[in-house]
Amino acid sequence: MNLYHYASPVTFYHLAGKLIPWFAWSAGLCTLAGLYISFFVAPTDFQQGEAYRIIFIHVPAAWMSMFIYLIMAFWGAIGLAFNTRMSFMMARALAPTGALFTFIALWTGAWWGKPMWGAWWVWDARLTSELILLFLYVGIIALWAAIDDVRRGDRAGALLTLIGAINVPIIYFSVKWWNTLHQGASIKPSGTSMDDAMLQGMLIMAFASWFYTIAVALYRVRGLILERERQAEWVKAILERD
Amino acid sequence: MGRPWGSSSMTRFLLAVLRRDLTLAARRRGDWLIAQFFFVMVASLFPLGVGPEPQMLARIGPGVLWVAATLASLLSLARLFSDDHQDGSLEHMVLSPEPTVLLVLGKSLAHWLIYGIPLLAIAPVLGLQFNLSWEAIMVLEFSLLLGTPILSLLGAVGAALTLGLRGGGVLLTLLILPLYVPALIFGAGAVDGVIAGTGAQAHLSLLGAFLILSLMIAPWIAAASLRVSLE
Repeated sequence: MNLYHYASPVTFYHLAGKLIPWFAWSAGLCTLAGLYISFFVAPTDFQQGEAYRIIFIHVPAAWMSMFIYLIMAFWGAIGLAFNTRMSFMMARALAPTGALFTFIALWTGAWWGKPMWGAWWVWDARLTSELILLFLYVGIIALWAAIDDVRRGDRAGALLTLIGAINVPIIYFSVKWWNTLHQGASIKPSGTSMDDAMLQGMLIMAFASWFYTIAVALYRVRGLILERERQAEWVKAILERD
Repeated sequence: MGRPWGSSSMTRFLLAVLRRDLTLAARRRGDWLIAQFFFVMVASLFPLGVGPEPQMLARIGPGVLWVAATLASLLSLARLFSDDHQDGSLEHMVLSPEPTVLLVLGKSLAHWLIYGIPLLAIAPVLGLQFNLSWEAIMVLEFSLLLGTPILSLLGAVGAALTLGLRGGGVLLTLLILPLYVPALIFGAGAVDGVIAGTGAQAHLSLLGAFLILSLMIAPWIAAASLRVSLE
């Protein structure tokens, strides 16, 4: 199998169409299973009571907000280096979901912060850098929106993504580097400080977020392909058929 | 043997870009003054807005002066490349055999000399208005000396990306302010450190590290952005 085969919009369009249902169904099933474990199986935390259950949304969303940014930077770098059209489209398709997860991470964090810290928001290093990540997503989306020329927009967005990528390690390590209010990571390579059921719930929710992200990104990329290849015969054939 | 053949021609190119921008700025003093007055005015609005108690002003002073400096730098950055773009000279400079990185570096450096250095001259006076001690003002100066080149270097990326776009100025602000945040935190943090008695050295070292990082990365990204925008 040749990977370059799928770098062409035609083949990728059809491949994405086949993959979307699989990822969408997996996302749905994982969400159901993850939510069941989160609410009915995972025990009450001895310190934080029931309020800790927000982490089943909060932690996967925060992970995804950073991962998606790095993947966008990866696709941007690939696109700039090899001049592949599909990689820029992937970056564009991922950005709204990344911004959404950043927003969810901040919002659920505020809901958790009010009962735990007594404040909706504190200006600690991790919260601030996550907020900056949201600004970066918004800036990149705004830059794309402002540039009508597709080729220029793709490249400009990729360059901005790359220079902003420095922020991601800062977010990730901020709780280690600075002594902040936000707690450190609960999952470490050496083992975790969590109950098994809690860990399972969180990981299943993380998988659900991954599958959801892949499904919507593929869905969006199909739209982008149709928009950009609208002059091509095969797109006209598809549009006339549907 | 001495230096490789290319280096002296590259130095000449850098100096030529620098001299050109400085001459242009010297012939348009009005533009130059607007940015400096903007800095003074933004900083002066805060005591009017939050009230004149000296303790509070000393508390918020470093942050306010740093925020005002970033905004003043953004105000002038929107035109870093656009004037040359409009009269066509920018394309010629990019097409010249010298590397575009040098062009961007020269223009960032010129921007810093024209708009960054005067902020250093004004900041002590504003510091006195904010009831800062002499020691705090000295650290503020030093943090601005390290920090304002960062603003010019990173700002060049934004100016290159938004070249010739509708509403480019506002977009530039949206793109670049998040990237300015580390400079703002460490710059204002250094002065706060002196006031609080914990010392400024840690913040100033981080600010210096951020300056080196920006110097290594920003001109290359800005040069690539410039080529993308001119395509």
